[in-house]
Amino acid sequence: MSDAIGSKRLVTGAHYGLRDWLAQRLTAAVMALFTLLVLVQVIFSHGEIGYDLWAGIFNPQWMRALTFTVFLALTYHVWVGMRDIWMDYIKPVGLRLALHIFTIVWLLSCLGWAVQVLWRL
Amino acid sequence: MTEPVKPPATFRNINAFHDLPTYRLPAAGWVSILHRASGALMFVLLPFIIWLFDKSVSSEISFAKFKAAINFGIGIYPGWFIRLTMLALIWAYLHHLIAGVRHLYMDATHSVSREFGRSSAVFTLSASIGLTVLLGAKLFGIY
Repeated sequence: MSDAIGSKRLVTGAHYGLRDWLAQRLTAAVMALFTLLVLVQVIFSHGEIGYDLWAGIFNPQWMRALTFTVFLALTYHVWVGMRDIWMDYIKPVGLRLALHIFTIVWLLSCLGWAVQVLWRL
Repeated sequence: MTEPVKPPATFRNINAFHDLPTYRLPAAGWVSILHRASGALMFVLLPFIIWLFDKSVSSEISFAKFKAAINFGIGIYPGWFIRLTMLALIWAYLHHLIAGVRHLYMDATHSVSREFGRSSAVFTLSASIGLTVLLGAKLFGIY
């Protein structure tokens, strides 16, 4: 057991801790920058803020591609966050599994809907 | 170095009704639990958020429906209820965003002093609530 310390430490578990921790932060940074981008376009707009301006923001192809990426980032971010909540408060394995499945279904359904809205503009 | 003045009280088998409302949480603790609560709220209301996005961008007609829903309500939901729900989402987003940036800043700079933890938590709470009040006044047509 003497060599099982430091970098040679035997790590147990599913090994997704660091990856999800990092993904949580990267997806958050992407969404924060996206928020800034949309906000800037609204604040520095000319004329009345109505349908044309608002829908126009999501009209360019690059903006659509970026918004799509943000939807994916959001889905993954929310999955990690909600899974943390269930893992902290819900102890019975069966109920936790059911809530995990519900979360995945909920998020993927929302993602499909959001992508459809975005791509039929 | 921070040295404990006395051994911290340990709670075992807490009573949710007696111990939780009387537990005095520091500002950073409020930011933490509200970060979680605001995230959960946005998760639950995600279909409503997408519905708002759908109505607001799809067409001129849907945009008119979007405005009517906010002003006069839609279906069984009156306008004030839609606006109140939107205001809750505005707060949730602001709090989650500012608390998240605080997290990222602390991760990047290893700024983990007790004083910074407290002052940045107070900033997070006051900025998110202040902006919510400002945007809420706009949403309810006060200015």
